Amino acid sequence: MSYVRLTNVTKQFGQVTAVNKLNLSIEKGECFSMLGPSGCGKTTTLRMVAGFEDLDEGEISVGERLLSSSAKNFYLPPEKRDFGMVFQAFAVWPHLSVYENVAFPLRIRKFPASEVASRAREALQATNLLNVAQSSPENLSGGGKQRVALARALAINPDVMLLDEPLSSLDPHLREEMRFEIKDLQRRYGFSIIYVTHDQSEAMALSDRILVMKLGVVQQIDSPLNVYNKPANKFVFSFIGLHNFLTAGRLSDGRPSLDGKTPLPATLTPPEQIKDDPTLTLASRPSEIDFNTRGHIAATVTRKSFLGEIVDYQFSVHGQDLRVQKSRHTPGPEVGETCGLLLLKPYWFSGD
Amino acid sequence: MSASRKSGFGAAHFILGLSIAILVIVVAVPVLLIFLNAFWANGKFNLTDVVAVLSEQETYQALLNSVFIASGTTIGSTIVGTFFAWLVTRTDLPFKKFMRGMFLVPFMLPSFIGALAWKMLLSPRAGYINRFFMDTFGLEEPVFNIYSYLGIMAVEVMYLFPFVFIQVCGALERMDPTLEESARISGAGLFTITRKITIPLVLPSILSGSLLIMLYSMAHFGTVAVLGIENGIYNIPTLIYERIHESAGSFASIRTGTVLASVLVVSAAFIIWLQGKVLGRGRYQIIAGKSFRPVELKLRALRWPLLIFCLAYIGFTIVLPTVVIFLVGGLKTYGLPFTPENLSLDNYKFILFEYQITKDAIFNSVTLGLSAAFITMFAGVMISYVIVKMKVRGKGILEFLGMLPFSVPGSVIALGVILAWSGKYGVNLYNTVWIILVAYIARYMAFSLKANSAALEQVHDSLMEAARACGATMWQTLRDIVLPLVRPGMLAAFFLIFLPSLRELTVSIMLYAPTTRTVGVAIYTLNEDGETVVSAALAGVALVLIITGQTVINRVSARYQRG
Amino acid sequence: MATILVQDVSKHYGNHQVLDNFSLRIEHGECFTLLGPSGCGKTVLLRLIAGFETPDAGTIRIGDAVVSQADKGIHLPPEQRGLGVVFQDYAVWPHLSVFDNVAYPLKLAGLPRQTIQDRAMESITLVNMAGLEKRLPSELSGGQQQRVALARALVAKPALLLLDEPLSNLDANLREEMRFEIKELQHKLNVTVLYVTHDQEIALALSDRLAILDENGGLRQTGSPVEIFEQPADLFVFNFMGVANLLPVRNEGGICLVGSQPLPAAENACPPGANKLAGFRPTDVCIDHEAPAGSPCLSGKVRRSSFLGPVMDYLVDLDGHSLRVSVDTHEALDRNRMFKEGDACALSFHNLHWFDAPADNVSAGGGSRGAGS
Repeated sequence: MSYVRLTNVTKQFGQVTAVNKLNLSIEKGECFSMLGPSGCGKTTTLRMVAGFEDLDEGEISVGERLLSSSAKNFYLPPEKRDFGMVFQAFAVWPHLSVYENVAFPLRIRKFPASEVASRAREALQATNLLNVAQSSPENLSGGGKQRVALARALAINPDVMLLDEPLSSLDPHLREEMRFEIKDLQRRYGFSIIYVTHDQSEAMALSDRILVMKLGVVQQIDSPLNVYNKPANKFVFSFIGLHNFLTAGRLSDGRPSLDGKTPLPATLTPPEQIKDDPTLTLASRPSEIDFNTRGHIAATVTRKSFLGEIVDYQFSVHGQDLRVQKSRHTPGPEVGETCGLLLLKPYWFSGD
Repeated sequence: MSASRKSGFGAAHFILGLSIAILVIVVAVPVLLIFLNAFWANGKFNLTDVVAVLSEQETYQALLNSVFIASGTTIGSTIVGTFFAWLVTRTDLPFKKFMRGMFLVPFMLPSFIGALAWKMLLSPRAGYINRFFMDTFGLEEPVFNIYSYLGIMAVEVMYLFPFVFIQVCGALERMDPTLEESARISGAGLFTITRKITIPLVLPSILSGSLLIMLYSMAHFGTVAVLGIENGIYNIPTLIYERIHESAGSFASIRTGTVLASVLVVSAAFIIWLQGKVLGRGRYQIIAGKSFRPVELKLRALRWPLLIFCLAYIGFTIVLPTVVIFLVGGLKTYGLPFTPENLSLDNYKFILFEYQITKDAIFNSVTLGLSAAFITMFAGVMISYVIVKMKVRGKGILEFLGMLPFSVPGSVIALGVILAWSGKYGVNLYNTVWIILVAYIARYMAFSLKANSAALEQVHDSLMEAARACGATMWQTLRDIVLPLVRPGMLAAFFLIFLPSLRELTVSIMLYAPTTRTVGVAIYTLNEDGETVVSAALAGVALVLIITGQTVINRVSARYQRG
Repeated sequence: MATILVQDVSKHYGNHQVLDNFSLRIEHGECFTLLGPSGCGKTVLLRLIAGFETPDAGTIRIGDAVVSQADKGIHLPPEQRGLGVVFQDYAVWPHLSVFDNVAYPLKLAGLPRQTIQDRAMESITLVNMAGLEKRLPSELSGGQQQRVALARALVAKPALLLLDEPLSNLDANLREEMRFEIKELQHKLNVTVLYVTHDQEIALALSDRLAILDENGGLRQTGSPVEIFEQPADLFVFNFMGVANLLPVRNEGGICLVGSQPLPAAENACPPGANKLAGFRPTDVCIDHEAPAGSPCLSGKVRRSSFLGPVMDYLVDLDGHSLRVSVDTHEALDRNRMFKEGDACALSFHNLHWFDAPADNVSAGGGSRGAGS
């Protein structure tokens, strides 16, 4: 059952359309990520859901409750929406203790004192903050501050949690740890998450579904595995992880070729729907290529770097660069040597 | 030890020594002499005389007045400054940017000229406003007597509130908007957020602005001199002036002066210490990372009324007094109505081309201002360089000395240079312009140190180290890298000194001789002598000079910020 | 010749002894990296070599020249050491154009105008900045500013180039691109490079040899990237070079036991001793649903499964020890190595490194960047 619903949502900033006719439904208890480069409209969308931005078109509702509607010029103010929200820059109040930060939403709602105390305690416990409850958040590390922000958002036990790049101010190690903590909290409390990030591995690790956005337009909404394995277009493919693009033309008989002379082997045939396009892109991921004497294409190593667990190669294929990453246990060619490359998972896109 | 190391060692210590010498001679010795004179009699530490001086009815009253006026001014300015700052940063007031600029105008207007204007408008008998109401409505009593505590405080508030306004505007603008947004999401409305989140977070900035005003008002001479003396209201600086002036430097008057000055120095030091505390403890890390427009309170029905209120405030506190100054400056005789036949440019011609006193005054102020600005700018950049950039032993002394100029008010400096340069220690500069120059340098050193340290702190060490690694010696690094990079700071220091010195009164009034009047002194004394229209004309000229200068600075600094 | 010889160098700040009797030799023409956690003294060592700091004790030679010798009070100032330095914050002079920045060292050397023009442009072209020489640094991106800094450091053709975390202010993609460029420049110009970083991936990708320093300024190991990674001298090095799994193993009468299970595979025979740790990387684990016929495996349970794009990342519980296991996504899909939380799994390892368990007994998988919480 869809819970948070965005219908035909559009937002303009001057001449720029930040979000264009976005339709979206998010299930109860789902972790939904919005992923895209900066300026793609993901944060604007989140801020419209939160109520910080008005809509130029469309409607937003949660369950039976209408939150925003441009047609009815109705906007429930953010303080009435009962969401939890966590911001990138922590936004914990430095003049209040950790405990008072967390108790704030409860006090505003005029809960009885005993309930304020018990709920705040619970939220602090869930985020491992009980032992620092009385200290100032100023004394906490970045990770600690973000825990306070999480506890504060949890305190009212919201149905929907809005997370705006909550981990990008943290160092990589902590970022990984915190994303599992968020996931655990969601499991325990059962809220829906709308998560905004530009970090694809974060989105992959956390989400049930991912929305990939570019310039205000939806590119794909799908499970992490499908976004990775069945990218809707070249943009989605390039945005998720390392990628190789080889430009291919057509020979006079219509077969695709990288050098304009030799055709690519039959195993590398573009799909039906783009079989007539004059230029094509042959895409692959560096981790999905094997060295093989009977490979699809012959290539020469131009650079080889040992990176620890993996070895990074750069090949030249008819003047185009192609990267391959293999486990350090896989024997591979040296710089200057030529070998065959087997694309384990070739993708074809139209145009170059 | 290699030769290169020796020379570097020597150069560093030469600069350090020179910096210490400048601060000692210009600031430390005068202050020390004040303390010596106050607490030392006949070679012995002497507290009984100090107590005796302080328990005299007049001195005691002056102390109380200083504290009372400063407190009232501070409270008033804090309320006015915070309110306007909130209005132009956190609401949808129309023409916010323009209004913001207007609220900064009082900063460049000298408050004693403002006080003169208000005297012309609201003095109990002759004030234009009072007379208008008394004539029109047949009132027996004046509407408002400006010669009162309330009058003095009101005028000081008009000119001092920008200290708070600037600090609070800055804090509100730099504040991370998500701090307020997270409160909204937590369920708080805008009023609650302002009360529970916004105000507490900018409180350190508010307090720091308030303390600046307190510091300034305690030691402020002009307004009290113009509006208070008439009714017997003295504060510390006016009493010091009165005593020194009346008795022409008798021992008793100097003793009273130095005791009062000591009180002023101690309270200033205390206020600065307090400010450091407030800023050090309370300045939260609230600066934004990625920024959206902050939550803006929709004023709705109050939008235009509030704008009109702001415009009225500016009209009443800035435009009206300024216009009055120019108009009175054009009158044949003070007291005539402002009709075309009574107005002419004769007074302006007179003071600019004929009247020796005002011609001298303008010449003195401009040359003194330029010289003080040049000297202080260069001394300031050198001293700041040692404090900010050099790693050399003995720097601690300089850091301490560098704090001094910030806590020594103008009238103290004036008294100190009188003690130091009146021939008692071999050099007699009294009654020459040189003594004013020395005092200006001491008074404005703080501005120069502030601007230059800020500029130098922007020059990261690695920029200098990169030059060394490229093959540049220490001197080449200074010439090619450091000086070009701090040039904007030096320029800022120059104007920060030159412009205020054009209107300086507190120091000059204690040090002038008949031929060494400055513009401020001339305006003040002409007014005291009843030459109101000439004094107003000179004030008008001063305003034109100051506003032109300020416009030039704004242009220049805007260009620097762009490029 | 720019062999760098650091002999018995000590340096302290206040009560903090940053370097204590530190010695190191860097050969002419090699790209040498100092790698260590923050505060390990690597930057101090670079600054000592550059001449920005003076050692309390010891000698530093660059080529044949003694540039610092504490006991004789010799300290050649930085400008006379003939080196190029690139800083983390670029340190490009904001008031000078790209050209003037790069030309400055040549102007100081008093070269003729035409030579200055030619050599500065040559250097600017070398870092792919040709066409931008009239720009001011404020009109350049971070990556471009760092290129200018590089050109400026190279223009006087120094024998030695010192790089202090030059890439850590850049974003990940640019960082990768620039590290290849630096490597190429080093080959082209045959300059000795000393590179300071805390990022082990850059160090591995860039260096001919590297030195690992611990947080107390101690030198743990020097060697080629492959040596350091495949033959770590100790637990610290192993932990520092990547995600580390550590499994306590007991040797009981020649049988290696993990908890109650025997450790599979003869090649993994553990050395004698009671408290040994077997260390391995997440990619050095074979994970399957059940042990393949004939090859014994340890049985564990998947506690967490995360899809990260190119790899599947599993947290596996093995007798109470947490292990990180990573499998290429395409391999996981093709060979049925997808696991859900709670699935049983069979594990075997290759490339085990053996360490003595430290006295305070580091919990399994709890390495510095280990399996996490």
